[in-house]
Amino acid sequence: MQLPPALHSRLAGGPGAAEPLPVERDPAAGAPPFRFAARRVRFPREHEFFEDGDVLRHLYLQDVLTQVTEAPERPRVPEFTCQVAGCCQVFDSLEDYEHHYHTLHRNVCSFCRRAFPSVHLLDVHILEWHDSLFQILSERQDMYQCLVEGCAEKFKTSKDRKDHLVRCHLYPADFRFDKPKKSRGPATPGAAVRASAEAPRDDGEQSGGDAMEVCSEHAASLPEPVGERRTSSHRIPSTICFGQGASRGFKSTKKKKGHQ
Amino acid sequence: MWSGRQGRLRPVGCVVEELRCRRREREAALRKARREQQLISKRLLRDDASEEAEGGCVAMILGETEIQHFLRLAQQGTEEKERERALVSLRRGLQHPETQQTFIWLEGSMRTLVGLLTSNQALLQLEAARCLHELSHSEQSAVAEACLPATSYLLTYLSGHSSDFISPHLTVLEALGYALSQLLQVKEAPEMIIPSVLGSTLPEHILRLLQPGPKLNLGVAVEFAWCLHYIICSQVDNTLLISHGGLSTLGLLLLDMAGAVQRTEDTGLELLACPVLRCLSNLLTEAAMEVVGGQNQLEDERVVAALFILLQFFLQKQPSLLPEGLWFLNNLTANSPSFCTSLLSMDLIEPLLQLLPVSNVVSILVLTVLCNVAEKGPAYCQRLWPGPLLSCLIGTLAFPDIEVVGQSLELLQLLFLYQPEAAKDFLQQSGLQVLERHQEEAQLQDRVHALQQTALHQ
Repeated sequence: MQLPPALHSRLAGGPGAAEPLPVERDPAAGAPPFRFAARRVRFPREHEFFEDGDVLRHLYLQDVLTQVTEAPERPRVPEFTCQVAGCCQVFDSLEDYEHHYHTLHRNVCSFCRRAFPSVHLLDVHILEWHDSLFQILSERQDMYQCLVEGCAEKFKTSKDRKDHLVRCHLYPADFRFDKPKKSRGPATPGAAVRASAEAPRDDGEQSGGDAMEVCSEHAASLPEPVGERRTSSHRIPSTICFGQGASRGFKSTKKKKGHQ
Repeated sequence: MWSGRQGRLRPVGCVVEELRCRRREREAALRKARREQQLISKRLLRDDASEEAEGGCVAMILGETEIQHFLRLAQQGTEEKERERALVSLRRGLQHPETQQTFIWLEGSMRTLVGLLTSNQALLQLEAARCLHELSHSEQSAVAEACLPATSYLLTYLSGHSSDFISPHLTVLEALGYALSQLLQVKEAPEMIIPSVLGSTLPEHILRLLQPGPKLNLGVAVEFAWCLHYIICSQVDNTLLISHGGLSTLGLLLLDMAGAVQRTEDTGLELLACPVLRCLSNLLTEAAMEVVGGQNQLEDERVVAALFILLQFFLQKQPSLLPEGLWFLNNLTANSPSFCTSLLSMDLIEPLLQLLPVSNVVSILVLTVLCNVAEKGPAYCQRLWPGPLLSCLIGTLAFPDIEVVGQSLELLQLLFLYQPEAAKDFLQQSGLQVLERHQEEAQLQDRVHALQQTALHQ
């Protein structure tokens, strides 16, 4: 199939629609015994028109599934340590290290060392935790923004925001993006309330909630403005947890090297 | 951007002929299954895959206690290897429908799995993704409902990393997309699942994952494009998708794919092109598209350029997808003088004609598109003749397929009507003799006679 050379440059050009040639129809067009009428066609899922494409899709899936059910070999390298200050995690594969670095050392708050999954969540955190103006303003107006990018809702309290996330964006009822930090002096007045001695843990451990119990369910997300009473009526299983103090590293000693 | 998938898509080394033969058998089985309405059944995939799985490892049905045990180990085990192994055992057990049922009804199990999917241990994440793969094979809509709320949350978490995707995240995303695509094919999906999907933030996430750019990953995009296809062809609320910029995103993606073909970075591209073309074609049929100059329209003629580049690619690599590409071209041109003009001004009529010999289905679609152009009137037909069109038409009149001939007759009528000189040319090229062959054919004779009259009375 020979394509005109100008086609390729058209693709690289700017958007635009062709100025249409004048349309002028004769009623005899498509009149009986003829029957043509220009129209858009839609096909439902089961239509046989889709057979070839569906078969192609399933051939591909069959190949992929075979690969998925086999655990792939990870390429190993000589052990090395994470170079971030205070982190002593040791690795023997680049993939693991990449994952570790990305999860724990990027998007880190320079005030309190918590790590977040995204720049957006870090920005929200800094605003709500480390900006004293925020505390003042939030007493008078709705300042807690929805965490979902693109949703413009704002709320009076972090609880209201959490309810919105659970109700409208289908977040799990016990979601959290960061853990309350270990007691090392409050960064802001609000944080003093949560100066519970919480031992650093590997994110996967389920402590039955005892590490979180002294904190309210909303300590799980972001702090309330100063003065608001906390309630801790709910046990918070720590099944999901993202931001962790980067300086904690991993608790388990199996891979720690030398210094700490 | 596309290159990351190369390893996965290369076939396992094997004797070439044996491979082809095996593939033909698989294809035949899949076609048969589809005609019997069984193709969507994941059972077919599961049966195949488990036969090829490592020998001697029979998956056992797991009970509540065992599932809880494995989940606890996966979450709280002290040894990474131990946690991994627990998940592997769980995954194997989940190959059984009974285990799947037990799993989803077990309190906290889904939440735990979600936690592992967002674990900062890469291997656990991957193994959890494989568990999700297994769950998505369930025939039970209850499993779909159990997985769905987690999907929105997971996409938010994973999308948060979109500035710098790393491989475990990509694998989890792909698994998620695949799981969602399976869930969307459940029989009750249009009534039960798709409405809640459309009411969530999932459509925005999905469209974001399909935006072209350096972050686009082919494997992930393929899965979510299929999700979008299942949603759209179920006709629940496509206007919503249009209002989210679906046409614009998919149109830009099409341009991007054509660019990849031009740079010959096109390995596996047909896997993405297929669902994207389907989505675009079906979206174009929505009533919202009838409003001329309205928002969210598809009017950029670069889309036509991109489509032809893809058609050429299909012709070389995957001719079975030509009909789908031409279907899109039909929907673009049917009600659009602008796109018909683009076809003419970009000299695409001749390339289109080159597709006529491929197959009957392709011939009919090519002729239909040409009819779309011709029916717009004299200004359009003047660009169709003089030209190679007429002799091609005389050629298609000689095809053995009645529908191809029928569509050729329709095009001839339009051509004679708006460009009467073409009839003279037709006579000179012995067109009448070709017409005569069909005089006795019941489905064709009325039209044949009408054309004979028209040609003779010019």
